[in-house]
Amino acid sequence: MIISRKKFLKLTGISMLAVTGERLTEPLAGAVQSASSESPRALTAGRWAMVIDLKKCAREENCTKCIDACHLSHNVPDIDNKAHEIKWIWKEEFKHAFPSAHNEFQAKHIESLPALLLCNHCDNPPCVRVCPTKATWKREEDGIVMMDWHRCIGCRYCMAACPYGSRSFNWIEPRQYIAEQNPDFPTRTKGVVEKCTFCESRLAKGKLPACVEACPQNAILFGDLDVAGSEIRQLLESEYAIRRKPELGTKPEIFYIV
Amino acid sequence: MRDRSLIYLGLLVFLAVVTFPFTYNLAAGSGSMPDLEYPENETQCVESKEFMRSSHMQLLIDWREAMVRENVRTYTTGDDRNFNISLTNTCLAQCHTSKADFCDQCHSYAGVQEPYCWDCHIDPEQLERSAR
Repeated sequence: MIISRKKFLKLTGISMLAVTGERLTEPLAGAVQSASSESPRALTAGRWAMVIDLKKCAREENCTKCIDACHLSHNVPDIDNKAHEIKWIWKEEFKHAFPSAHNEFQAKHIESLPALLLCNHCDNPPCVRVCPTKATWKREEDGIVMMDWHRCIGCRYCMAACPYGSRSFNWIEPRQYIAEQNPDFPTRTKGVVEKCTFCESRLAKGKLPACVEACPQNAILFGDLDVAGSEIRQLLESEYAIRRKPELGTKPEIFYIV
Repeated sequence: MRDRSLIYLGLLVFLAVVTFPFTYNLAAGSGSMPDLEYPENETQCVESKEFMRSSHMQLLIDWREAMVRENVRTYTTGDDRNFNISLTNTCLAQCHTSKADFCDQCHSYAGVQEPYCWDCHIDPEQLERSAR
Protein backbone atom coordinates (compact mmCIF):
# COMPACT_ATOMS: atom_id res chain seq x y z
CA MET A 1 0.00 0.00 0.00
CA ILE A 2 1.30 3.43 -0.90
CA ILE A 3 0.15 6.42 1.14
CA SER A 4 0.89 10.01 0.40
CA ARG A 5 2.91 12.14 2.80
CA LYS A 6 -0.17 14.26 3.46
CA LYS A 7 -2.24 11.20 4.42
CA PHE A 8 0.58 9.86 6.62
CA LEU A 9 0.84 13.13 8.55
CA LYS A 10 -2.94 13.27 8.97
CA LEU A 11 -3.11 9.72 10.33
CA THR A 12 -0.22 10.34 12.74
CA GLY A 13 -1.84 13.51 14.02
CA ILE A 14 -5.21 11.86 14.58
CA SER A 15 -3.76 8.86 16.39
CA MET A 16 -1.63 11.08 18.67
CA LEU A 17 -4.69 13.14 19.52
CA ALA A 18 -6.66 9.99 20.31
CA VAL A 19 -3.94 8.71 22.66
CA THR A 20 -3.52 11.98 24.54
CA GLY A 21 -7.29 12.39 24.79
CA GLU A 22 -7.60 8.98 26.40
CA ARG A 23 -4.77 9.77 28.82
CA LEU A 24 -6.43 13.01 29.84
CA THR A 25 -9.83 11.51 30.60
CA GLU A 26 -8.45 8.43 32.38
CA PRO A 27 -7.89 9.90 35.86
CA LEU A 28 -11.37 11.37 35.93
CA ALA A 29 -13.01 7.98 35.52
CA GLY A 30 -13.19 6.92 39.13
CA ALA A 31 -12.70 10.18 40.99
CA VAL A 32 -15.99 10.68 42.74
CA GLN A 33 -15.72 13.46 45.25
CA SER A 34 -18.22 13.29 47.99
CA ALA A 35 -20.43 16.27 48.64
CA SER A 36 -21.65 15.05 51.99
CA SER A 37 -20.11 17.01 54.81
CA GLU A 38 -19.65 16.32 58.50
CA SER A 39 -21.45 13.64 60.45
CA PRO A 40 -24.67 14.51 62.28
CA ARG A 41 -22.90 13.96 65.61
CA ALA A 42 -20.43 16.79 65.01
CA LEU A 43 -20.48 19.76 67.37
CA THR A 44 -20.85 22.96 65.36
CA ALA A 45 -20.85 26.65 66.20
CA GLY A 46 -20.65 30.06 64.62
CA ARG A 47 -17.77 31.15 66.82
CA TRP A 48 -16.14 28.80 69.27
CA ALA A 49 -14.73 30.36 72.43
CA MET A 50 -13.50 29.37 75.85
CA VAL A 51 -13.82 30.84 79.34
CA ILE A 52 -11.20 29.75 81.86
CA ASP A 53 -11.91 30.36 85.53
CA LEU A 54 -8.45 30.87 87.03
CA LYS A 55 -9.65 30.58 90.63
CA LYS A 56 -11.27 27.23 89.97
CA CYS A 57 -8.18 26.18 88.04
CA ALA A 58 -5.92 27.08 90.99
CA ARG A 59 -7.93 24.95 93.41
CA GLU A 60 -5.98 21.86 92.44
CA GLU A 61 -2.37 22.66 92.94
CA ASN A 62 0.11 21.52 90.29
CA CYS A 63 -2.68 19.88 88.34
CA THR A 64 -1.69 19.11 84.75
CA LYS A 65 -4.65 16.94 83.76
CA CYS A 66 -5.76 19.19 80.89
CA ILE A 67 -2.22 19.45 79.58
CA ASP A 68 -1.68 15.70 79.78
CA ALA A 69 -4.98 14.98 78.02
CA CYS A 70 -4.17 17.43 75.25
CA HIS A 71 -0.67 16.09 74.74
CA LEU A 72 -1.87 12.52 74.67
CA SER A 73 -4.65 13.12 72.20
CA HIS A 74 -2.50 15.18 69.81
CA ASN A 75 0.86 13.44 70.09
CA VAL A 76 2.55 16.55 71.47
CA PRO A 77 6.21 15.76 72.20
CA ASP A 78 7.59 16.34 75.66
CA ILE A 79 10.97 17.98 75.03
CA ASP A 80 12.82 19.04 78.15
CA ASN A 81 14.65 21.94 76.51
CA LYS A 82 13.27 25.48 76.39
CA ALA A 83 14.74 26.06 72.93
CA HIS A 84 12.98 23.06 71.39
CA GLU A 85 9.84 22.61 73.47
CA ILE A 86 6.43 22.27 71.82
CA LYS A 87 3.52 24.01 73.53
CA TRP A 88 -0.18 23.54 72.84
CA ILE A 89 -1.52 24.33 76.30
CA TRP A 90 0.62 25.34 79.23
CA LYS A 91 0.64 27.16 82.56
CA GLU A 92 2.21 30.53 83.20
CA GLU A 93 2.12 32.88 86.18
CA PHE A 94 -0.60 35.52 85.98
CA LYS A 95 1.87 38.41 85.96
CA HIS A 96 3.56 36.97 82.87
CA ALA A 97 0.37 36.05 81.09
CA PHE A 98 -1.18 39.49 81.69
CA PRO A 99 1.75 41.92 81.94
CA SER A 100 -0.45 44.96 81.39
CA ALA A 101 -2.76 43.96 84.25
CA HIS A 102 0.17 44.09 86.63
CA ASN A 103 0.62 46.73 89.30
CA GLU A 104 3.08 46.94 92.14
CA PHE A 105 0.45 46.69 94.86
CA GLN A 106 -1.32 43.68 93.42
CA ALA A 107 -2.16 40.88 95.81
CA LYS A 108 0.49 38.16 95.83
CA HIS A 109 -2.02 35.36 95.31
CA ILE A 110 -3.21 37.01 92.09
CA GLU A 111 0.33 37.67 90.84
CA SER A 112 1.32 34.05 91.08
CA LEU A 113 -2.03 32.59 90.04
CA PRO A 114 -1.36 29.95 87.38
CA ALA A 115 -2.91 31.00 84.08
CA LEU A 116 -3.72 28.36 81.51
CA LEU A 117 -2.53 29.49 78.10
CA LEU A 118 -3.25 28.17 74.64
CA CYS A 119 -3.90 29.46 71.13
CA ASN A 120 -6.44 32.27 71.41
CA HIS A 121 -8.12 31.43 68.09
CA CYS A 122 -8.30 35.17 67.49
CA ASP A 123 -11.18 36.66 65.58
CA ASN A 124 -8.56 38.77 63.79
CA PRO A 125 -5.58 36.43 63.70
CA PRO A 126 -2.24 38.05 62.77
CA CYS A 127 -0.66 34.63 62.13
CA VAL A 128 -3.11 33.99 59.29
CA ARG A 129 -2.35 37.31 57.67
CA VAL A 130 1.38 36.59 57.41
CA CYS A 131 1.34 32.94 56.36
CA PRO A 132 2.69 32.82 52.79
CA THR A 133 1.25 29.39 51.96
CA LYS A 134 -2.17 29.52 53.64
CA ALA A 135 -1.03 26.68 55.87
CA THR A 136 -2.86 28.45 58.66
CA TRP A 137 -6.26 30.00 58.15
CA LYS A 138 -9.37 30.97 60.04
CA ARG A 139 -12.18 28.53 59.40
CA GLU A 140 -15.11 30.65 58.30
CA GLU A 141 -17.86 28.48 59.76
CA ASP A 142 -16.68 28.39 63.38
CA GLY A 143 -13.71 30.74 63.74
CA ILE A 144 -11.13 28.07 64.56
CA VAL A 145 -7.62 29.08 63.49
CA MET A 146 -6.63 25.94 61.63
CA MET A 147 -3.29 24.48 60.64
CA ASP A 148 -2.47 22.37 57.62
CA TRP A 149 0.79 20.68 58.48
CA HIS A 150 1.05 19.33 54.94
CA ARG A 151 1.35 22.84 53.65
CA CYS A 152 3.53 24.48 56.32
CA ILE A 153 6.99 25.30 54.95
CA GLY A 154 8.41 26.21 58.36
CA CYS A 155 9.11 29.88 57.64
CA ARG A 156 7.97 30.82 61.18
CA TYR A 157 6.38 34.12 60.13
CA CYS A 158 3.31 33.08 62.12
CA MET A 159 5.43 32.64 65.23
CA ALA A 160 6.77 36.15 64.83
CA ALA A 161 3.26 37.49 64.28
CA CYS A 162 1.55 35.72 67.19
CA PRO A 163 1.65 38.03 70.22
CA TYR A 164 0.84 35.17 72.59
CA GLY A 165 3.66 32.72 71.88
CA SER A 166 1.08 30.09 71.05
CA ARG A 167 3.04 28.54 68.23
CA SER A 168 6.02 26.21 68.41
CA PHE A 169 8.47 25.11 65.76
CA ASN A 170 9.76 21.57 65.42
CA TRP A 171 13.51 22.06 65.41
CA ILE A 172 14.08 18.36 65.91
CA GLU A 173 12.24 15.21 64.89
CA PRO A 174 9.42 15.13 67.46
CA ARG A 175 8.46 11.44 67.34
CA GLN A 176 11.21 10.25 69.63
CA TYR A 177 9.89 12.56 72.38
CA ILE A 178 6.36 11.20 72.34
CA ALA A 179 6.07 8.71 75.16
CA GLU A 180 2.87 7.11 73.91
CA GLN A 181 1.83 7.58 70.29
CA ASN A 182 -1.87 7.91 69.69
CA PRO A 183 -2.81 6.41 66.29
CA ASP A 184 -5.98 8.54 66.13
CA PHE A 185 -3.91 11.63 65.42
CA PRO A 186 -0.81 12.15 63.30
CA THR A 187 2.46 13.36 64.74
CA ARG A 188 4.27 16.29 63.18
CA THR A 189 7.63 16.30 61.52
CA LYS A 190 10.79 18.35 61.79
CA GLY A 191 10.42 21.75 60.11
CA VAL A 192 6.75 22.57 60.72
CA VAL A 193 5.01 24.89 63.15
CA GLU A 194 2.28 23.55 65.38
CA LYS A 195 -0.29 24.81 67.87
CA CYS A 196 -3.64 24.08 69.50
CA THR A 197 -6.46 23.38 67.03
CA PHE A 198 -9.34 23.72 69.53
CA CYS A 199 -9.64 19.94 69.10
CA GLU A 200 -11.39 20.36 65.77
CA SER A 201 -11.08 16.63 65.03
CA ARG A 202 -12.77 15.81 68.35
CA LEU A 203 -15.52 18.35 67.66
CA ALA A 204 -16.18 16.59 64.35
CA LYS A 205 -16.81 13.40 66.30
CA GLY A 206 -19.13 15.19 68.72
CA LYS A 207 -16.64 15.38 71.57
CA LEU A 208 -15.63 18.44 73.59
CA PRO A 209 -11.97 19.52 73.55
CA ALA A 210 -9.71 17.19 75.52
CA CYS A 211 -8.70 19.87 78.06
CA VAL A 212 -12.33 20.76 78.80
CA GLU A 213 -13.21 17.13 79.32
CA ALA A 214 -10.18 16.43 81.52
CA CYS A 215 -10.54 19.35 83.95
CA PRO A 216 -11.58 17.99 87.36
CA GLN A 217 -12.78 21.43 88.51
CA ASN A 218 -14.83 22.28 85.43
CA ALA A 219 -12.75 25.42 85.19
CA ILE A 220 -12.94 25.53 81.39
CA LEU A 221 -16.17 26.34 79.61
CA PHE A 222 -16.34 25.85 75.85
CA GLY A 223 -19.18 27.25 73.81
CA ASP A 224 -20.58 29.26 70.95
CA LEU A 225 -20.35 33.06 71.23
CA ASP A 226 -22.74 33.48 68.32
CA VAL A 227 -25.70 32.03 70.18
CA ALA A 228 -27.30 34.58 72.47
CA GLY A 229 -28.25 32.89 75.73
CA SER A 230 -25.69 30.10 75.37
CA GLU A 231 -23.98 29.04 78.58
CA ILE A 232 -20.77 30.83 77.62
CA ARG A 233 -22.61 34.07 76.79
CA GLN A 234 -24.48 33.95 80.09
CA LEU A 235 -21.23 33.44 81.99
CA LEU A 236 -19.57 36.35 80.20
CA GLU A 237 -22.59 38.55 80.93
CA SER A 238 -22.60 37.70 84.63
CA GLU A 239 -18.85 37.67 85.39
CA TYR A 240 -16.04 40.09 84.68
CA ALA A 241 -13.67 38.42 82.22
CA ILE A 242 -10.41 39.58 80.69
CA ARG A 243 -8.50 38.64 77.56
CA ARG A 244 -4.77 38.66 76.84
CA LYS A 245 -3.47 41.82 75.17
CA PRO A 246 -6.85 43.07 73.93
CA GLU A 247 -5.22 46.39 72.98
CA LEU A 248 -3.63 44.68 69.95
CA GLY A 249 -7.01 44.23 68.32
CA THR A 250 -6.63 40.53 67.68
CA LYS A 251 -9.92 39.80 69.49
CA PRO A 252 -8.89 36.62 71.34
CA GLU A 253 -11.59 33.99 71.90
CA ILE A 254 -10.13 32.81 75.22
CA PHE A 255 -11.56 34.68 78.20
CA TYR A 256 -10.26 34.54 81.76
CA ILE A 257 -12.20 34.99 84.97
CA VAL A 258 -9.81 36.08 87.73
CA MET B 1 37.65 -11.55 7.69
CA ARG B 2 40.46 -12.22 10.11
CA ASP B 3 38.61 -10.18 12.77
CA ARG B 4 35.46 -12.32 12.78
CA SER B 5 36.16 -13.82 16.20
CA LEU B 6 36.97 -10.43 17.65
CA ILE B 7 33.74 -8.96 16.26
CA TYR B 8 31.65 -11.79 17.74
CA LEU B 9 33.41 -11.43 21.07
CA GLY B 10 32.75 -7.69 21.05
CA LEU B 11 29.09 -8.28 20.22
CA LEU B 12 28.81 -10.79 23.06
CA VAL B 13 30.33 -8.34 25.53
CA PHE B 14 28.02 -5.61 24.27
CA LEU B 15 24.94 -7.84 24.68
CA ALA B 16 26.04 -8.89 28.15
CA VAL B 17 26.46 -5.28 29.25
CA VAL B 18 23.15 -4.14 27.75
CA THR B 19 21.14 -6.97 29.24
CA PHE B 20 22.95 -6.84 32.59
CA PRO B 21 20.10 -5.13 34.52
CA PHE B 22 17.65 -7.80 33.39
CA THR B 23 19.90 -10.76 33.98
CA TYR B 24 20.98 -9.33 37.33
CA ASN B 25 17.38 -8.94 38.47
CA LEU B 26 16.54 -12.43 37.23
CA ALA B 27 19.45 -13.88 39.14
CA ALA B 28 18.67 -11.89 42.29
CA GLY B 29 14.97 -12.76 42.04
CA SER B 30 14.00 -9.11 42.54
CA GLY B 31 12.37 -8.86 39.15
CA SER B 32 9.30 -10.85 40.15
CA MET B 33 5.95 -9.09 40.49
CA PRO B 34 5.17 -7.81 44.01
CA ASP B 35 3.28 -10.27 46.16
CA LEU B 36 0.54 -8.21 47.79
CA GLU B 37 -1.35 -9.17 50.88
CA TYR B 38 -5.00 -8.40 50.26
CA PRO B 39 -7.46 -7.78 53.12
CA GLU B 40 -9.42 -10.80 54.28
CA ASN B 41 -12.62 -9.04 55.25
CA GLU B 42 -13.09 -6.86 52.14
CA THR B 43 -13.10 -7.61 48.43
CA GLN B 44 -13.65 -4.09 47.13
CA CYS B 45 -11.52 -1.02 47.81
CA VAL B 46 -13.06 2.47 47.92
CA GLU B 47 -12.76 2.62 44.14
CA SER B 48 -11.98 0.07 41.44
CA LYS B 49 -8.70 -1.81 41.52
CA GLU B 50 -7.55 -0.17 38.28
CA PHE B 51 -8.32 3.30 39.57
CA MET B 52 -6.62 2.67 42.90
CA ARG B 53 -3.60 1.23 41.15
CA SER B 54 -3.11 4.25 38.91
CA SER B 55 -4.51 7.08 41.05
CA HIS B 56 -4.43 6.20 44.76
CA MET B 57 -1.99 9.05 45.32
CA GLN B 58 -4.42 11.54 43.81
CA LEU B 59 -7.26 10.07 45.87
CA LEU B 60 -5.20 10.45 49.04
CA ILE B 61 -4.41 14.06 48.15
CA ASP B 62 -8.13 14.71 47.54
CA TRP B 63 -8.92 13.12 50.91
CA ARG B 64 -6.31 15.27 52.58
CA GLU B 65 -7.70 18.48 51.08
CA ALA B 66 -11.29 17.48 51.86
CA MET B 67 -10.57 16.58 55.47
CA VAL B 68 -8.13 19.28 56.51
CA ARG B 69 -9.27 22.23 54.50
CA GLU B 70 -12.96 21.64 53.83
CA ASN B 71 -13.96 19.77 56.98
CA VAL B 72 -15.46 16.96 54.88
CA ARG B 73 -14.83 13.76 56.78
CA THR B 74 -16.83 11.19 54.86
CA TYR B 75 -16.04 9.88 51.41
CA THR B 76 -18.88 8.47 49.36
CA THR B 77 -17.76 6.02 46.71
CA GLY B 78 -19.19 5.72 43.21
CA ASP B 79 -21.41 2.86 44.41
CA ASP B 80 -22.66 4.77 47.46
CA ARG B 81 -20.62 3.31 50.26
CA ASN B 82 -19.37 5.70 52.95
CA PHE B 83 -15.91 5.78 54.42
CA ASN B 84 -14.34 7.86 57.15
CA ILE B 85 -11.52 9.85 55.56
CA SER B 86 -8.39 8.65 57.35
CA LEU B 87 -5.19 7.02 56.16
CA THR B 88 -4.34 5.39 59.48
CA ASN B 89 -7.83 4.63 60.75
CA THR B 90 -9.55 3.60 57.51
CA CYS B 91 -7.00 2.38 54.95
CA LEU B 92 -4.60 0.82 57.41
CA ALA B 93 -6.80 -0.08 60.36
CA GLN B 94 -9.70 -1.55 58.39
CA CYS B 95 -8.06 -3.26 55.43
CA HIS B 96 -4.39 -3.01 54.72
CA THR B 97 -3.29 -3.89 58.23
CA SER B 98 0.28 -4.32 57.12
CA LYS B 99 1.89 -1.40 55.33
CA ALA B 100 5.00 -3.51 54.84
CA ASP B 101 3.05 -6.26 53.03
CA PHE B 102 0.93 -3.94 50.93
CA CYS B 103 2.11 -0.36 50.32
CA ASP B 104 5.82 -1.07 50.52
CA GLN B 105 5.61 -4.08 48.20
CA CYS B 106 4.69 -2.06 45.11
CA HIS B 107 6.61 1.02 46.13
CA SER B 108 9.87 -0.83 46.39
CA TYR B 109 9.13 -2.85 43.23
CA ALA B 110 8.52 0.35 41.29
CA GLY B 111 11.44 2.11 42.92
CA VAL B 112 9.17 4.73 44.48
CA GLN B 113 10.84 6.60 47.29
CA GLU B 114 9.14 6.01 50.65
CA PRO B 115 6.32 8.60 50.55
CA TYR B 116 6.63 11.19 53.33
CA CYS B 117 3.09 10.39 54.54
CA TRP B 118 4.68 8.22 57.18
CA ASP B 119 6.80 11.02 58.63
CA CYS B 120 3.62 12.08 60.44
CA HIS B 121 0.87 9.51 59.89
CA ILE B 122 1.23 6.52 62.14
CA ASP B 123 1.60 2.97 60.87
CA PRO B 124 -0.23 1.00 63.60
CA GLU B 125 1.70 -2.17 62.83
CA GLN B 126 5.02 -0.48 63.34
CA LEU B 127 3.74 1.21 66.48
CA GLU B 128 2.78 -2.20 67.87
CA ARG B 129 6.13 -3.63 66.89
CA SER B 130 8.09 -0.86 68.59
CA ALA B 131 5.93 -1.16 71.71
CA ARG B 132 6.89 -4.80 72.07
